[in-house]
Amino acid sequence: MNALSADVTARTRLEFRDVTKRFASKRGSGITAVQGLNISIRDGEVVSIIGPSGCGKSTLLNMASGLDPASEGDVFVDGVRVERPNAHVAFMLQKDLLLPWRTIRHNVEFGLEILGRPARERRGIAMDLLAKCRLRGFEDHYPHQLSGGMRQRAALARTLAVDPSVLLMDEPFSALDAQTKMVLQQDLGRTLAETGKTALFVTHDLVEAIALSHRVLVMSQRPGTIIEEIVVDIPDISNPMARRTHPHVGPYVARLMELLHIDEADA
Amino acid sequence: MAAASLGLFVLFLAAWQWGPPAMGIPAFIIPPADQVWHEFVRMLGRDQLMYHTSITALQVLLGFVFGMLLGMVVGFVLGMSASAEFVLSPYILALQIAPKVAFAPLFVIWFGYTMTPKILVAVLIVFFPVMINVLGAVRAIDPDIVRLARAFTANRFQLFWKIEFPAALPPFFAGLRIAATLAVIGVVVGELVGGNTGLGYLLSFGEGAGNTAMVFVTIILLTLIGIVLYGAIVLIERRVLHFMPARARAAG
Ligand SMILES: Nc1ncnc2c1ncn2[C@@H]1O[C@H](COP(=O)(O)OP(=O)(O)O)[C@@H](O)[C@H]1O
Ligand SMILES: [Mg+2]
Repeated sequence: MNALSADVTARTRLEFRDVTKRFASKRGSGITAVQGLNISIRDGEVVSIIGPSGCGKSTLLNMASGLDPASEGDVFVDGVRVERPNAHVAFMLQKDLLLPWRTIRHNVEFGLEILGRPARERRGIAMDLLAKCRLRGFEDHYPHQLSGGMRQRAALARTLAVDPSVLLMDEPFSALDAQTKMVLQQDLGRTLAETGKTALFVTHDLVEAIALSHRVLVMSQRPGTIIEEIVVDIPDISNPMARRTHPHVGPYVARLMELLHIDEADA
Repeated sequence: MAAASLGLFVLFLAAWQWGPPAMGIPAFIIPPADQVWHEFVRMLGRDQLMYHTSITALQVLLGFVFGMLLGMVVGFVLGMSASAEFVLSPYILALQIAPKVAFAPLFVIWFGYTMTPKILVAVLIVFFPVMINVLGAVRAIDPDIVRLARAFTANRFQLFWKIEFPAALPPFFAGLRIAATLAVIGVVVGELVGGNTGLGYLLSFGEGAGNTAMVFVTIILLTLIGIVLYGAIVLIERRVLHFMPARARAAG
C-alpha cells in the first residue's frame, strides 16, 4: 500500500475504500467475489488490473461504473461516492457493443444523446473524436461495414465522447488479432496521453498491461484482493509500441508470471 | 429478366386458356381465362365488385393495423417484464394454439353482420406473429448493451426508444410480412361466415350459384389485396431497415 499514498499532490480520480462484493448463491452462504479492496488512482494515471479469471476484475469495474453496488465499503469518483451510473465514468468492453442501426457517428454520439446534449455539439465532438481515432471518412458507415479493429476504435471514441473523468476498460482488445491489438494499444496509449484521461484497464495480456500503464495491480484468486502493485518504470506512456521493447519488460513479465503462478498452472 | 417474366406470364395465360379444354376438363371445373375475364367485367357492372373489393380491403387494412399495434404493444410489455410474461404465457400459448378463424362465428354472434367481426378475426390472426417476433427480439437484446446504456445514465424511456425499439424492428417486419398474408385469410373467413358484403360474400354467392368463374375472380382479387399489402410492407421495410446488410434483410 506504500506507493498508493506516496503522491498526494495529484488529485485522486477513482478510489475504492475497503470494498467487498458478495453475490447471493444457491447454497445460501453467498460468493465473495472481491474482498477488502483499497485502490486509489490519480488524475491522468493509467492502471492495469491483472488476475486469474473469475477473481472479480469485471465486478470491480461494475462497481466503479455504478451499475452494481458494493456490499461493503465505498467507491469514489472525484471524491463523490458512486451510488448509481453517472456521467463521470464510462466503460468499454471486449465486445464493441455498437448499435447496428446507427451509423458510426451516431454510435459515437450515443452517450451524448442520452445526456441530452444538443445535436450540433454532439456532431462536433463525434467528428473530432473520429478523426482522433483514425476513422475519418467512416462517419456514415454502419458497424457491419467496418473491421473488428475499426469497430473497437469507434467504441473507444464513443467512450471518450462523454468526456468521463475515468475510463473503465474490461479486456477491450482481447477479441482482436495480435497485430490489430498492437495498433489499438498504440491508439489508446496516445489518446489517453493526449487527453490526460485516467483509466482503469483490465487485461489478460501481461505485456499489454505493462506497455499501457503507469501501474499494474495483481489480484489473487477469488475472493479477489490486490496482492501486488508494480510501478512500471518505463518512459513515454504515450508510445506503448516502443515501451513493449524496453529491456524492463522482461523482468516485469517474469514477476507477473510468478505472482500469477503461470508456470504451475495446468494450461 | 423482365422479358422472361413476361414470357412466362403469357405462357401461363395460354396454358390456362387452352390447357383444360385440351385435357377435357369442363368449364365449370376450370373456366378458361377469357371466361373469367368476362365474368370479371360483368361483376364490375352487375355485382358492385369494386364496392365489395374495397370493403374487404378496408377490413384487411384495419385488422392488420390494429393487430399490428396490439402485437407490438403486448410484445414490448411482455419482453420488458419477465413477471408479466410468466403470468400471461399459458393464456397466450392457448390462444396461439387455438385456430383463430374458428372465432369467426362467435364474433358474428356478438357483433352481427357488420364489419367488426371480420376485422376482429384479422386482428387476432395478425396479433400473434407480430407479438411473438417483438417479444423474441426484446428478449434477445444483449444485456451488455442495456448495461452500456445504463452506464451512460439512460432512463427507462431512453432504453426503450434508443435500444429496445430499434432492436425489435427487423423481427417486427418479418412478423408483419407473415401477418400481411394472414390478415386476408382472417377477413375472408369472417365474410364467409356471415354478412352480405365483401369478396368472401361474393365467394360464397358464386359457390351457391355454381358460378366457377365468379369464384375464380374473387380468389384472384383476394390474392391481389394480399400482394398489395405484402408489397407495401416490403417497401416500408426497405426504407426503415436500410442499415441492414442486404442479404440479412432478404433472409429475415
Ligand atoms: N451477477 C453475478 N451473480 C453471481 N455471481 C457472480 C455475478 N457476477 C460475477 N459473479 C462471480 O463473481 C466472480 C468474479 O467474477 P468476474 O468479476 O466476472 O471475474 P473476472 O472478470 O475477474 O473474470 C466469479 O466467480 C463469478 O462467478
Ligand atoms: Mg471479466
